[in-house]
Amino acid sequence: MKVILTGNEAVARGAWEAGCHVAAAYPGTPSTEILENVSTYGEMYSEWSPNEKVALEVASGASMAGARAMCAMKHVGLNVAADPLFTMSYIGVNGGLVIVDADDPGLFSSQNEQDNRWYALHAKLPMLEPSDSQECLDFIKAAFDISEQFDTPVLLRLTTRICHSKGVVRTGERTERPVRDYSRNPAKNAMLPAFAKAKHYMVEKRLEEMRSFGESSPFNYSVMNEGAKIGVVANGVGYQYAMEALGDRANYLKIGFSWPFPRKLVREFASKAETLWVIEENDPFMEQEIRAMGIPCSGKDVLPLVDELSQAIVAKAVLGTEPGAGTETAITPPNRPPLLCPGCPHRGLLFPLSGKKNVVVTGDIGCYGLGSMPPLNVGESTICMGAGFSVAIGFQKAFEKAGIDRKMFGILGDSTFFHSGITGLIDAVVNKSRGVFVILDNRITAMTGQQHNPGTGVTLMGEETAALDIPKLCEACGVKNENIHVVDPYDLKAAKRAVDLAIAADEITVIVTNRPCALIKDVQKSRSDLFCSVDHEKCVLCGACLNLGCPAITKRDGRIAIDPVTCNGCALCVQVCPKQAISREGELHE
Amino acid sequence: MNRKGKNVLLVGVGGQGTILASKVLSEGLLSFGYDVKMSEIHGMAQRGGSVSTHVRYGDRVFSPVISKGEADILVAFEKMEALRWLPYIARDGMLIVNNQEIYPMPVILGQAKYPSQLEKTLSEAVPLCVVIEAAKEAEEIGNSRVMNMVLLGAVVKKLGLDEMSWEKTLKSCVPPAAFRVNVLAFEKGMDLAG
Repeated sequence: MKVILTGNEAVARGAWEAGCHVAAAYPGTPSTEILENVSTYGEMYSEWSPNEKVALEVASGASMAGARAMCAMKHVGLNVAADPLFTMSYIGVNGGLVIVDADDPGLFSSQNEQDNRWYALHAKLPMLEPSDSQECLDFIKAAFDISEQFDTPVLLRLTTRICHSKGVVRTGERTERPVRDYSRNPAKNAMLPAFAKAKHYMVEKRLEEMRSFGESSPFNYSVMNEGAKIGVVANGVGYQYAMEALGDRANYLKIGFSWPFPRKLVREFASKAETLWVIEENDPFMEQEIRAMGIPCSGKDVLPLVDELSQAIVAKAVLGTEPGAGTETAITPPNRPPLLCPGCPHRGLLFPLSGKKNVVVTGDIGCYGLGSMPPLNVGESTICMGAGFSVAIGFQKAFEKAGIDRKMFGILGDSTFFHSGITGLIDAVVNKSRGVFVILDNRITAMTGQQHNPGTGVTLMGEETAALDIPKLCEACGVKNENIHVVDPYDLKAAKRAVDLAIAADEITVIVTNRPCALIKDVQKSRSDLFCSVDHEKCVLCGACLNLGCPAITKRDGRIAIDPVTCNGCALCVQVCPKQAISREGELHE
Repeated sequence: MNRKGKNVLLVGVGGQGTILASKVLSEGLLSFGYDVKMSEIHGMAQRGGSVSTHVRYGDRVFSPVISKGEADILVAFEKMEALRWLPYIARDGMLIVNNQEIYPMPVILGQAKYPSQLEKTLSEAVPLCVVIEAAKEAEEIGNSRVMNMVLLGAVVKKLGLDEMSWEKTLKSCVPPAAFRVNVLAFEKGMDLAG
């Protein structure tokens, strides 16, 4: 059947067709929809794991026990899962094991632009790189076979443009296969030093076997055009940009099985080209190999290392064609940065922190990161998942050494807390931090589009389950009950009180907010008829409400206006107005 | 089959419904036998930021994105976003713009000004410029959220794809309860562009 699918949808479909049994992931743009789609196929067990390391370990266990298993994560997630990744390379598989990695060239929704192809080289794993949705489906099916044939986990490496582009896909049916037999085998599965050393020899041998396999893989092929003098070696979406830009003016060697690098194939192709170009996004991964083989080529000496490529960039680099001019006017439009939504519960806790002197706030990965933008300006650092807490500890130790008296606030969300924030809190308690640790619990993993987490009481497959109690967890970690403040962030007075108490405290303090994300369907439904409106007789245009940074509140034609459609009646503006000029209207539906 | 391919760039503000409109467009194109690629933005940028969805179709499509100067039609769900993406319109390309203003935070905070007389600026810059009051039309139809279908109807008309039957595609893409109102909005858009 011909359907139109995103790369992520095609990966899920391909896993299903390949007879995959178990899939695990932690959500992260651009990989999130892979597991969301996997969960729609009844034959596969699927779960949101608390973090990527757990996801890869769950998939590893399933593979060891004989099931076909996969896990999926964004590029930085593979850093979290790197520990099991490197050793699973030694252990290999029983049932096929595929690790789907989604890089983010262009940083659409990430804290860095790392190129994860180096993981294949570093962990000595085979890597497949699809260049469109059809290949996503075909490649993951092949990846399971390769995994079982060579007794190795396989990396399927995607990028944002592959994950989130739709293309026409010919689908097939599922090949049902039994879970393979399992028998105890410590020499294979228990990586004690002696066993691991024996395995390392095997890994090196496997790499060479896979190299010859890759040389004849149907995923590495050339497209030759008569009279073409330019030779292009390209992978992933870079291949599509090259085809678009250069058409029949070039010959192409399309690399789909990209590690171990097919050196013979490349040498042969290069020998027929007058000039050789390597078209790849971000790092010179293939180019470095080709140069090391002593083959002259052009690549990152001309093409950018940063951001995505496009057909225009390729055409300019290879042919010298100036990009299309389009139409310009003399007016430069103001930027439109992303924002906290109207009714976002994070705003209620961030607002009392906004402008506080003697407070340093370290942030984390999640929507609250947007609080570091004007007008709230709350948040001074963002590194990775969980760092909001641990970085605060280090800050405080440094300030103590310097004799500086500033209160540390570490801020993260519910899903981030379960992911890796809780270890920072444990460190804070055990090593006697006096900081304030804030968990903005909005009852969902919001930024990636509403996924369940260990606090929500529902699994990816839609079953009810235990919901972890964050305040109790904090208490179990050693924070005194009286130092844990649970507040409703729609109640500005309560939020302000909690912040002030925490600043004054001598002991470690935790603040947990308990309002669900405004975008959760049930929340939207129940608040759909609530909105705030302005009494223009009373309004003195002081702008206090505008300082909340709520996109529903604007000043137009000399008046404050609140958009009743996007406003959800959170009423923070009602509470900050010094003239009682704003009131909440409509009703809440239960 | 040898039909000339086209590039349609849909831009707007996160949450305006550009993704659903592009989904209907590309599903429809597939059912008419085209090769189609569509590229959309998820994640952080969706939170009220500037968003774009690229739709390309023809006999064979390679790149999923549209570069500067390549869009046959730029569909702007918001006026200032039309201005931002003007460089993507092809020399003989067309602009369909929704007459709606959404203030970005720098404007709300008074740090920047929303450009005035945008309609005039846009129609002077692009000879083929169609301004549509999509929000108003959608409200008259009875649901402000079908604004995206009003705009899509106009796009389909301008692409010359209005002879095809879109009802089946619409039915597969929207909830059953909202089907009729989406069809009405789509037809309204076709009329307005006609």
